[in-house]
Amino acid sequence: MKVLVALVSLLATMSVAVAIDTGQAFDDPELQERYEKIIAEVRCLKCQNQTIKDSNAFLAGDLRREIRRMLEEGLNDEEIAEFLVARYGEFALYRPRLTGKTLILWLAPALLLLGGATVLWRVVQSRMALPIDDDSVEEG
Amino acid sequence: MTRYLAPLVAFAILIPVLMIGLTRDPRELPSPLLQQAAPQFELPSLRDAEQMVGSADFANQMVLLNVWATWCPGCRQEHGFMLELAKSGAIDIYGLNWRDNRREAVRWLETLGDPYVASGFDEDGRVGIDWGVYGAPETFLIDANGIVVHKHIAPLTREIWERDFVPLLSVRGEVQ
Repeated sequence: MKVLVALVSLLATMSVAVAIDTGQAFDDPELQERYEKIIAEVRCLKCQNQTIKDSNAFLAGDLRREIRRMLEEGLNDEEIAEFLVARYGEFALYRPRLTGKTLILWLAPALLLLGGATVLWRVVQSRMALPIDDDSVEEG
Repeated sequence: MTRYLAPLVAFAILIPVLMIGLTRDPRELPSPLLQQAAPQFELPSLRDAEQMVGSADFANQMVLLNVWATWCPGCRQEHGFMLELAKSGAIDIYGLNWRDNRREAVRWLETLGDPYVASGFDEDGRVGIDWGVYGAPETFLIDANGIVVHKHIAPLTREIWERDFVPLLSVRGEVQ
């Protein structure tokens, strides 16, 4: 057991040891925070299930460099998102913006939840209408 | 009866949707540049760093912009067709040499042949980003008004050229 714990802890430290982004941190901690947040939410188009924070593809490095530059130039988050979407499309953002095209992405979870809840509600209602000692299944 | 029918209907709707999904390649992303003005650029020429190559060179002319690199196997694959196409005189081809090594890229053109009117040398990938490039080879068709009318991702072949590009060429011919 002790060995297992030791191995798992070793594994946990490994991910820290292989940081991808080797760029220098911003002097301003607030900028650094924004930078970290943005790169964790931008898709690496070359390696589509990774963010540009996780990927060492050169395209991810190039995009990190451009985001760094834009932050230094004082662009706000919305302008940076616009830069990426204009070039790579909405797909580049892991957190899609709320637009006509992406509306379904934002609404679908709520609609599915609502649909599921409705079905559940109706099933429960019909079961509750059954006499307690009747174990036959009633047609709804 | 409906309790059995409803899931069946839902399933019947879902199947074609998923079937269509299977035929699509998730790595092929639609470019937001389509039907938009092509991004302007100016880069040092691959063969001669003193010279500049850029979108100004192909203003008022329908051209192909082909994104290539020596590290890209797909580019090697389509190179023969690019040479054929250039030789046929159907269209001028400009190159965007993306994230490459200048010496190796020049050697590639010298040994394999050079289909390009000129290639811009995009060493740091800055111009590539403006064009939304995420994997070479990519080929853009830009019309005489500077609008991106088509983008092909993956190696270009004669079949794809004739199917996807040629119709766009003739449409433009009629307009002009």
